[in-house]
Order: sequence, then C-alpha cells, then structure tokens
Amino acid sequence: MAYIPFFGKKMNSSIAVKKRDMPDGLWLKCPSCAEIVFKREIDSGGSVCPKCDHHFRMARKDRIDLLIEPGSFVEWDEHMTSVDLLKFTANGSYASKLEANMKKTGYKDAVSCGRGNIAHHEVVFGVMDFSFLGASMGSVVGEKITRMIERGTDAGLPVVLSCASGGARMYEGLTSLMQMAKTSAALARHAQAKLPYIPILTNPTTAGVMASFATLGDVIIAEPDALIGFAGPRVIKETTQQDLPDGFQKSEFLLEHGLIDMIVHRHEMKKVVVQLLDHFMNARYAENKSAAGNEGAAEDEASAIDVPARESSESDR
Amino acid sequence: MNGYALPFEKPVVELRNKLEELRKAGEGHEVDMVQEVERIQKKIRETQEKIYSNLTPWQQVQIARHPTRPYPKDYIDAISTDFTELHGDRLYADDRAIIGGIAQIDEQKVMFIATQKGRDTKSNLACNFGCPYPEGYRKALRLMKLAGKFGLPIVSLIDTPGAFPGMEGEERHVAEAIAVNLREMSVIPTPIVVVITGEGGSGGAIGIGVGDRLLIMEHAYYSVISPEGCAAILWKDRAYADKAAEALKITSRDLTQLGLVDEVIAEPLGGAHNEPEVAFDNLKTAILKNLSDLQSMNTDQLLQTRYEKIRAYGKFTE
Repeated sequence: MAYIPFFGKKMNSSIAVKKRDMPDGLWLKCPSCAEIVFKREIDSGGSVCPKCDHHFRMARKDRIDLLIEPGSFVEWDEHMTSVDLLKFTANGSYASKLEANMKKTGYKDAVSCGRGNIAHHEVVFGVMDFSFLGASMGSVVGEKITRMIERGTDAGLPVVLSCASGGARMYEGLTSLMQMAKTSAALARHAQAKLPYIPILTNPTTAGVMASFATLGDVIIAEPDALIGFAGPRVIKETTQQDLPDGFQKSEFLLEHGLIDMIVHRHEMKKVVVQLLDHFMNARYAENKSAAGNEGAAEDEASAIDVPARESSESDR
Repeated sequence: MNGYALPFEKPVVELRNKLEELRKAGEGHEVDMVQEVERIQKKIRETQEKIYSNLTPWQQVQIARHPTRPYPKDYIDAISTDFTELHGDRLYADDRAIIGGIAQIDEQKVMFIATQKGRDTKSNLACNFGCPYPEGYRKALRLMKLAGKFGLPIVSLIDTPGAFPGMEGEERHVAEAIAVNLREMSVIPTPIVVVITGEGGSGGAIGIGVGDRLLIMEHAYYSVISPEGCAAILWKDRAYADKAAEALKITSRDLTQLGLVDEVIAEPLGGAHNEPEVAFDNLKTAILKNLSDLQSMNTDQLLQTRYEKIRAYGKFTE
C-alpha cells in the first residue's frame, strides 16, 4: 500500500469510501485492495480500480455512457414521481425521505429508462440507481420498468437493464410487492415476441428485484464481486445461525451455482452486450431487411429495426 | 378456542370456562340455570363483539398466526373431495411447505396449490415452519402448467411467513424460482383464484400468488415484509412490530381500501379457529363463485383481463 501520511484517519477508513460513490478530493482508497488511487484515474476508467479491478458504484449518467452511444439516449417518464400512499411514518415520513433523495440525487426516483443505441443496435435501456433509497422498487420503479418493457415489445426492441436494488420499497407496502408481478408479466409478453432481454446485475442486486425481473433474462450478466441474492446475508445468519462461507452471494458464487451466464468486467461490458444482440437479433434483422428490400426501402440498420414489430409480436402471442 | 389463547382472547376464554363450570354444576341438579347460562352466553357474545370490532393491525397478525387457525390443507380437506397430492419438482426434491394436487369442489374440478404449516414440532420440521424452499415454487409451477395444459382452474391457498431465508435457498436460487412463477402465472391459460388464508408473507406468498382474483380471509394479512422485519430495519428493534404492522397497512380492511384485493372472505366472530365450519363454507362459496365468473371468459379475454389487473398495480404522479 502506498504510504501517504497526508491523508490521515479519514481517508484510511473504508467506510468513508463506501458511504458515497466518489468522495470529493483527488485521491481515494480502494475498499478492495486498500491502495490509494488517483480519483481521476478511476473516473476515466469506468469507475474501476486501476490496481485491482474493483468495480466502484457507478453514477447513473456514467452507466448510460458506458453502454449507450453519445447523444442517442432519449429518456422516458423522467418526471414520474412516487406518492406516499400509506402516509408512512417511522423515524421520518416517506414523503420527506423522497424529497431528501430527490435533492441528493437530482432525480425523481431510482430508475432512468429510455431508448438509445448500443453500437448498431437500437435498444430499450434502463439503469437503477442505488443512491436513491437503495434503488428500492416502489410504484415508480415498477411502472417505468414495465412501460419500458412494453415499449420494447411494441417497437420490437431488445431490453437491456442495469440492475441494482435493496429490494421492494416497504414504504409503499403491498403495492411495492405487486410491482414484482407487474414487471414480470410485461417480460412474459416481451419474451413471447421473441425479443432479447439482458439484465446486468451490479452491486448489490437483492430481494424483490432479484425475485422478479433481475433473474428473468435470456442471458444474465453480472459485474465482478457484486452482492447478488434473495435474502440479505444478515437475515440468513440470524435465521439459520449458519456461518456463511467467504464469497457467499457474490457474482462468482452465483456463476459457480449456475444462476448467471457470465461475469463481465465493466471494460468488456459493451462488447459482450453487442455480441449477444448481434446473435439474438440476427434473425429478426434479416427478416426485416428482406421485407424492407422487397419494398425497395433503404437497407440501413435503422429502417430495419423500425419495421413495426407490433404486428409480429401480436401474432406470436 | 381449544388449548391456546392470545392475550386479548383471555376475557372470552374466562367466560367460557365459567359457562362450562356452571353447566357442570347444574348437571344432575334440579336447579334451573337457564337464565344464568343465557346471561353468560350473551356476555360472551358482547365481549367478543367488543374485542373483534376494535382489533389493532398487530392483533390481526396474531389471529392470522393463531396456532389453532385452519391451515390451507384443512380448507382443502373440508371443501373438496378426492384430493390427490402430486409430488416433487422433478429437479431436486419434494418441498413440504408447498403442496399441490387435484381435487373436486362439488362438481368443480381444480388444481390446488397450497402452502403448509405444521401443528407440532415434528410436522413443523417437515414443512420447515411453512417457509418454502425453491423446490416448492418449482413444483407449484410444474403443477400449474399441468393445470394449464389440461384446462383445470387453479386455486392457490396461501398461509406462509415467507420463503425460507437460508443458504440452501440461495444456492438453489429461490429468487429465480419466484420470478419465473410470477412471469409464467401471468400467462397460464386457465383461471387462477388466489386466497390469502393466514399469513401473506411477501415474496414467499406472491411466488404462488399471481392470478385473476386475489381474495383474503377477514383476519389474514398480506405484506411486503413481516412486521418484525420492518421494525428491525426502521425502528432498529423487532419489538416495534406493532407499529410496523400499523404503518404497512396489511390487514384485509386496509388492503381493500387500497384496492389491492378483490374480496374479503368473512370469518366467524373471533376468527376462523372459533368456528372452522363457517370459515370453510365461506371460502368454498367464494371460490366457486369466482371460478364460475372466470370460466365465462374465453382464454384471450381471461389473459388480457389478468394482464390489465396486474398492470394496474401502482400509484404515482406524472
């Protein structure tokens, strides 16, 4: 470890690093290898530690930039806002928590969804943001993801979704649980239309989100060393009094136990997603191209994917 | 109320004991006790009405968890004939916390899916205290697909604290098992009636809980997290479960007001355990009525209506 006494106690604490995505200042300590690294170096490298490849939590905007072509992302429903339907109060009201999180993040809720391009593929893309109430799923998260999937189905587009979540948003009571059914039902229709859905599981993806759309991918990708599971490790420990093995519920554990298809380094993520889409959309593009060719239309990629998939998806049902 | 009484049930138990003593004392004597017996019976009724019209959400939860409350299998045995259990997920094991099988309610043939709790240590260990493993959800899906294939309507009876939070469940991916059920239940081409009969424990309940109708017994509850779990997170102490139960709005009345359940099935005064026969009858009537409504639709209508129902959950502003 580099010896930089200047930083004193504050920077030595991994908690300070964990607490926020990117602390202010020029340097920070990697919670994984404990190296002190130049912040700019991390920022420019996809929020990955240059020394040990630790994947830092990534800001929402950076997540979009990681996969989506510059300028191509058109966000949907960005003003959709949660309501405190239960008037939930426990150590502060849900309404005040929402307000504080909106102020903190500059977003209305924990997910951003829209349409954009990944290389030559037009896709529907969403990103969940753990810094907003732990990316918990309430009505807004459920509705935005459902709409995004439905729009994907209607337009014949693949869905790529960067997942992160602490689970259902209990401040919204049973309504939040029902979002699991809602998003999953939308995915049933997207699957019937023979369109690919690729969830990318990031640290952490757990509980209600894991028990719905996060595990329903045609291919499930995870980032390295992400916590991924149904029940939290502490709950499991308390309930069963079992000692949990090292690496339990980490990406590598889930790969070994057969849940996820692959672990992909952030730097390789776009390449892998493009390759998957090249394969899974190949037949559809070819079909659309020949249809477009028959009508004498331009054979560029955009027109191929713009062929209304609504009809074909309905006939597939 | 045989054997076990909740703290708020005690006044009724005491009165019943008194009534019993009186009857015994009167046996073989010429003394006319009719008036006194009637007085106590009236008092019991009044006391019950007073207690049960003012239950707190936490008391409701306790009734839902009452150890003598009828469990899903009790309902199956009471309302149907020829229940034939079908076992196993064909992948790993036969979970005992979720059972399923074919049966007949009057003339109506159905596929039952039901969670199962135990009455004593042995039976509780066998069914893991009503907390399913992934195998339970996968078995349920297998049986529901079977029902879909052969045009049998599905009745799902739910009384579970939740899916089991253990290492084995994680290793065999309980989250995935639940998720797949949510997706597939939205497209199974036969009517699905879901009834929360006791505890509706979060993901563990919804994992067999997607359907055309969501019914709930009067004293059951359905929640995204257990009151204790919520209290541990938000109040840092499980002892605040009563506060959490109130805040989460989990009783049949609250859920009706929120528009999340379709119908509340009435229970006898004091809860289903007081007069199980009444609860059985009410459940049977409700299931048959709803199945008959649903069977009037063709498959396309059924699935479209189901999708729209699931689709409508959620409140937000734009």
